[in-house]
Amino acid sequence: MSLLEIKNLHVTVGGHEILKGIDLKVNAGEVHSIMGPNGSGKSTLAQVLARREAYKVTDGEVLFKGKDLLAMKPEEAACEGVFMAFQYPVEIPGISNAYFLRSALNAIRKYRGGDEMDAMDFLPMFREKLKLLEMDEKLMNRSVNEGFSGGEKKRNEILQMAILQPKLAILDETDSGLDIDALRIVAKGVNAMRSPDRAMVVVTHYQRLLSYIIPDFVHVLLDGRIVRSGGPELALELEEKGYVGTENEARQSAPTSA
Amino acid sequence: MSTAIQNSETYLDTFSEFEKRAGGHDLPWLRQLRADAFARFCETGFPTTHDEDWRFTNVSAITRTQFSLAQKDARPLSKSELAAWRVEGAVAQLVFVNGQFARELSTFDSLPANTKISSLQEQIASNPAAIQAHLGHYLDIQRDPFSALNTAFAQDGAYVHVRRGTVLEAPIHLLFVSTANNVPSMSHPRNLLVFEDESQATIIEEYVSLGSGTVLSNSATELIAGENAIVSHYMIEREDREAFNISTLRIQQQRSANVASHSLLLGGGLVRNNVHPVLAGEGGECLINGLFVGNGGQHLDNYMHVEHASPHCSSRQFYNGILDDHAHGVFHGRIVVHKDAQKTDAKQTNRNLLLSDDAQIDTKPQLEIYADDVKCTHGATIGQIEENALFYLRSRGIEENSARRLLLLAFAAECLERMKAGPARTHAENLIHQHLLTISNHVPAQGSASHDHARDERSLEEVG
Repeated sequence: MSLLEIKNLHVTVGGHEILKGIDLKVNAGEVHSIMGPNGSGKSTLAQVLARREAYKVTDGEVLFKGKDLLAMKPEEAACEGVFMAFQYPVEIPGISNAYFLRSALNAIRKYRGGDEMDAMDFLPMFREKLKLLEMDEKLMNRSVNEGFSGGEKKRNEILQMAILQPKLAILDETDSGLDIDALRIVAKGVNAMRSPDRAMVVVTHYQRLLSYIIPDFVHVLLDGRIVRSGGPELALELEEKGYVGTENEARQSAPTSA
Repeated sequence: MSTAIQNSETYLDTFSEFEKRAGGHDLPWLRQLRADAFARFCETGFPTTHDEDWRFTNVSAITRTQFSLAQKDARPLSKSELAAWRVEGAVAQLVFVNGQFARELSTFDSLPANTKISSLQEQIASNPAAIQAHLGHYLDIQRDPFSALNTAFAQDGAYVHVRRGTVLEAPIHLLFVSTANNVPSMSHPRNLLVFEDESQATIIEEYVSLGSGTVLSNSATELIAGENAIVSHYMIEREDREAFNISTLRIQQQRSANVASHSLLLGGGLVRNNVHPVLAGEGGECLINGLFVGNGGQHLDNYMHVEHASPHCSSRQFYNGILDDHAHGVFHGRIVVHKDAQKTDAKQTNRNLLLSDDAQIDTKPQLEIYADDVKCTHGATIGQIEENALFYLRSRGIEENSARRLLLLAFAAECLERMKAGPARTHAENLIHQHLLTISNHVPAQGSASHDHARDERSLEEVG
């Protein structure tokens, strides 16, 4: 059984059909990259998987660990092991980063029937992850993402992922707006989490990130459909020919689904 | 201005009876003070919504109710019944039952030297000159009928006198318990809090109910802060939903005095909290910080009247409101800058979260500036819980109700952060945490409407 199985997924937003029949299988241990130009539906796919309610699924199904993901609330999906790193992390004044993370971790542990973690146990683990992402400890007592730079916000997303240890991590354009140093740090954090029992879906516009996080599979999303799938070399080809060139090739040969 | 008092004969009878027997009835000055105040009240009657100061708050339910003066002994209390209302770390707790001091229920852990903590009635009997020096000197009974009514029936309440240079680390807790009666009853607690030059203290004035019934608590507090005095005052309203609570805090600040007024309106049915500081000496600073949280059919009215009467003073008003169900909140922020109060720096901010379509907030700034070199700003926002923030929290595994509560706590935390760390703040924090649990456990119906609401958020920012 695949960890994630998307079958014929159709999604509309505000009356417009954005996803027009997506099929995708992701197994534990794999890293998939979904590439595509603006407006192709990449972020919509990520948001639907994270169970954002504004997106309306009109057809198809999504199974996560064999369970109906589309029937889950966002918090249930998270507790089952889905994590999305936001393209635009939200600022939440008045809630400290540390408090937020511990609340999230404990909510997930409680859902899985575990004990809550107290501050004494939480802190050492937290410090270790901070070090991994080269983040200043001072950021932790500040409000969630408030006053963080773009790079700090993205690193904060990966920090959350490192603490919550999801089964399926979806990175929604985590590379956008990052300078090369921040990109390396983010990639290091992500690579440290690759493991045989975890899958990752890396949504990106640019090939650049994929030089640091080397995917097992690359899918090209165009106008709501996966038009091509291949190995990491496909990302390089896209870099060379652009999405339009890929589209022409896709027309000549029927799309293969992963 | 106002309609004649309904039940005027009842008030007249009640007053005539009271006047003859009240503590200090044999003191001519006090008798005069009460008589003048009652005369003023008879002239104006209760306010109506035609009065500018009461435009958003209809008190006709008070006007048409026949109240009798509440008796302390209406229901005997024991200390153990009050245990839940203790404030951890307070140096003393003065308990008032239906407005009258209950020495047997009060505790004085370790009375600090140079500090007098007692009841107004005891002081009137034993040391009337100290009372005469301040009582009624500051409260504006001309403009506010409830202040006039309070003064007419002024007899008991807290008396706190902190001598020059004395620093009290721990707060003094004034607990006002109203007990339910078979008939509607009213009490008029009158507090006199005097802080001499360079003293420092924290007062918690808190209103609670024992049982449910029609009760009017109409309190007035005169707080005098001497030169360089540093005073924090907390007003906490958490009475029963049937209670009417009208309170006025009149602050008189001398040169370089620093006063913080924190108000938490959580309980009560119809609540009006007036805060009226007068910055009478140069270099004074006043922080007026408040949080009001209403649900059901609560009406919570915050009326500020900040008077800058001297140069180089600053005032800050920060009020946050959370309103659910049919609750109605009011923030009326009046700032008056007198002719000579140059270099005044006055700021006012009111932020509101409306959790239901039927909740309502009226927010009104009112600036009257007679000096020419001043800085006055005001702003107000009205919004809903941010759906993006809610989704962000939920996407990390936090269940929807908890996520809502976290966001409400974060909104309330803006007010908590303005309080100095210590037992009073901890007390306030605990009350808010408990209270928000009851609000956030009820999730409003979600729909596409939430998106439109997000766009309703508006911000008014003006510089006058």
